[in-house]
Amino acid sequence: MVSLSVNGKKVRLDVPSDASLLWVIRDHLKLKGTKYGCGIGECGACTVHVNGKATRACGMTVADVKGKKVVTIEGLPATHPVKQAWIKEQVVQCGYCQPGVIMQVASLISETRKPDPEQIIAQMDNVICRCGTHLRMKKGIRTAVRMTQRRPA
Amino acid sequence: MKVTRREFLKSSVAGGLSVAISATPFGYTIVNAAEKKPAAGFDPNVWVRITPDDRITITIGNSEMGQGVLTAQSMIIADELEADWKQIRIEQGEARDGFKSPILGGQITVGSGSLRGFYEPLRKAGAATRAMLVKAAADAWNVPEAECRAVLGSVIHAKSRRRFTYGQLATKAAKLPVPQNPVLKQESEFRYIGKPMPRVDVPQKVAGKAVYGLDVDLEDMHYSVLARPPAYGAKPASFDRAAAEQVAGVVKVVPLPMGIAVCARSFEAALKGREALNVSWSKGVVPDMDNAYIEREMLADLDRPGARVQDTGDARKALADASFSVEATYFVPFVAHATMEPMNCTARVTAERCDVWAPVQSQTASLGIASKISGLPADKVAIHTTFLGCGLGRRGKPDFVAEAVMISKAVGKPVKHVWTREEDIKYDSFRSAMSHRIQAGIDAGGQLTAWSHKAASVSILKGVRPEAIKNGVDAYCLWGLWDEPNSPHWNNRIQYEIPNLYIEFKMSDLPMPVAPWRSVQNACNAFAIESFMDELAHAAGKDPLEFRLQSLKNNLRARRVLETVAEKSGWGKPPARGEGRGIAQHACFGSWMAQVVELSVDRASGKIKVHRVVAAVDCGPVVNPGPLSEQVESAIVEALSTALMEEVRFANGGVASANFRDYPIIRMSEVPEIEVYAVKSTERMGGIGELGVPPLAPAVANALFNATGVRVRRIPLTPQRVLEALKKA
Repeated sequence: MVSLSVNGKKVRLDVPSDASLLWVIRDHLKLKGTKYGCGIGECGACTVHVNGKATRACGMTVADVKGKKVVTIEGLPATHPVKQAWIKEQVVQCGYCQPGVIMQVASLISETRKPDPEQIIAQMDNVICRCGTHLRMKKGIRTAVRMTQRRPA
Repeated sequence: MKVTRREFLKSSVAGGLSVAISATPFGYTIVNAAEKKPAAGFDPNVWVRITPDDRITITIGNSEMGQGVLTAQSMIIADELEADWKQIRIEQGEARDGFKSPILGGQITVGSGSLRGFYEPLRKAGAATRAMLVKAAADAWNVPEAECRAVLGSVIHAKSRRRFTYGQLATKAAKLPVPQNPVLKQESEFRYIGKPMPRVDVPQKVAGKAVYGLDVDLEDMHYSVLARPPAYGAKPASFDRAAAEQVAGVVKVVPLPMGIAVCARSFEAALKGREALNVSWSKGVVPDMDNAYIEREMLADLDRPGARVQDTGDARKALADASFSVEATYFVPFVAHATMEPMNCTARVTAERCDVWAPVQSQTASLGIASKISGLPADKVAIHTTFLGCGLGRRGKPDFVAEAVMISKAVGKPVKHVWTREEDIKYDSFRSAMSHRIQAGIDAGGQLTAWSHKAASVSILKGVRPEAIKNGVDAYCLWGLWDEPNSPHWNNRIQYEIPNLYIEFKMSDLPMPVAPWRSVQNACNAFAIESFMDELAHAAGKDPLEFRLQSLKNNLRARRVLETVAEKSGWGKPPARGEGRGIAQHACFGSWMAQVVELSVDRASGKIKVHRVVAAVDCGPVVNPGPLSEQVESAIVEALSTALMEEVRFANGGVASANFRDYPIIRMSEVPEIEVYAVKSTERMGGIGELGVPPLAPAVANALFNATGVRVRRIPLTPQRVLEALKKA
């Protein structure tokens, strides 16, 4: 048995400790927003937060996140500035890679007190979007940072 | 089951008014669903269903892959229906004959055909429904129809200040005959068409709740993967079935014509089972095939006899008579679709019925193949289309559906069949490579007078519609250069006015499967044509824009996009220091586009940096302006990826590329600023999903020439290739 904390809930699962965090999230916890894109950490579609930091679930086992807090796209509040900005700027096309992108941007924004959108954009070369929504992602990042700054700390 | 998309027919006749379009490849009829007879080829394709609770449900048969088809098609119906957008609910329909495209003949989301094919029928469906509601109200009030007006989901009689909502009228209206030629709105009356509308698929995608094929979940669902041959034509010599079936969780090993399937209770167990199979494979049919072999063979094809495609005037004589002639050879390599969601399909085959949940672009083909394999008649087979994690044409080929149905049938369980990323790239049906040799003649006035073009490609039609190959000519391979007369795509051919034009085609004999890849071979043909036009302009001492325009005298739509892009990009003013600027135009799927690319080159590394792309498009009337520029941007980014870095690697008779580490795709810092200008046009509506791809690669190559004086006739323009060309210059 393995214990996990996912989206604020404690769950106990009958899976081996070397089971892939990605497939456990998707197939056992039925949280399908975290996507399989490449399985080798190249594309970012499976990005989740582990203790608040963007992490690629495909490269993690359930043992790796023992005692840590995992948050998936479903656990990021609908009111989160990145989700709001992504709707406002109509960023997604097919949308398959975007939950991972949103989780990465949310993590980068939370890292500093005064996030700089251009610095965040400079850290987005490690995700792949086949639809070519890059310009919309840039817009989304700038809008999300503006929305974050407008909120009380 | 988590899939929320509705069973198509179940609720469609449950009271209220349902209006449908019944389409054939030759036209369509608007029918009242209540009166619909289940005759073959006469099924409805679009349903407007109004229920007494004032809900309006629109069911869409095309696949949503981010291009915004659910929103745009619904906007067209809602506008003519004069519905309140807030009361609209949009659903994805199943596979039905009636969803077949009036221009493409099948229920298929390809050929940039979803709006240009359905614009008129959807408008009429909405307008006919509105007319029926108005008549129902007029009858109820016993007043002339002319005194009644439909406004935002209600019919109003202003004189007596009375109002019925559509919901109140639905049951009565359902009993009325359907007008076949309802009065359509004037453009000035449009409420939604042409106005920006947020896409309805966006919020659920952002929430992580959109259901793609890979997200389908069924009770007792099993998982399967296939062990596939490492080389084309290789057969399994031996494999350890017992070892695989001993792996915990593995249920069954199923040998299939295309490989050996392992079915298990979890995806990971299926992968471990596949590993345990330890297959040894025979050699492939072309065991020494690699990239050098392919390029050599396809260039040699240009010297082998081909099929005559077009012979207008006398190109040979005109070339001999020309003031001077130019010849050049081009090569475009194989590229992969590499959609972010790998191929997958979930199938549940029982003795009674077959259900398929999958991200497919072709419901008609999927239905046919699932019916054939399951042995069940089409009415016992359901294709449930999920969201598509990108399509690019790959999902028009339902090979992954066939595999899933075979495996589910063999194990008697619902099976989710998954291609890993490695399989998705290695076993893709690629965009075919192409080689081209072109000769052109220019007269003393610098006018293009003759064009002789030989092109070679692996056949696309061979794999999808072999009966459509005529005398060795594969039209799909020639799109952008030539197309059949009466083609539904009607402008997929060279746009220039050339009095003496000869085109020849050689089908390359290579073993890899190929398929349409966003714009099909328009992109490969445009690379050759538009690079060559640039070479001719320089040879004739003319400006590349001016040289193009002088062979487009009667082609107003091509002229207009070129003139627009020139104005918006500042063509004619010298580019910034160290930068180069290139232009290209192309027409396909009923629309026209021109692009200008600005770039600089690092002479030490050979690395190209594209700074800005300006695009002008004429696609006729615009339904939803947001997705119009999204589609053009998207196509430009993808095409830039192929222009700068993408090429499938082959080795030992098979595919060597396997994942994103050895199949690079463009990243954020390499994406330029893009400006998209839509020319105001009231001409026939054209498609927009693919047109952005073809002009981009030649515009980059032309800009590279402008920046460096070096002509590279082969993509991708990798730093290494550019550096070699610079050194040779």
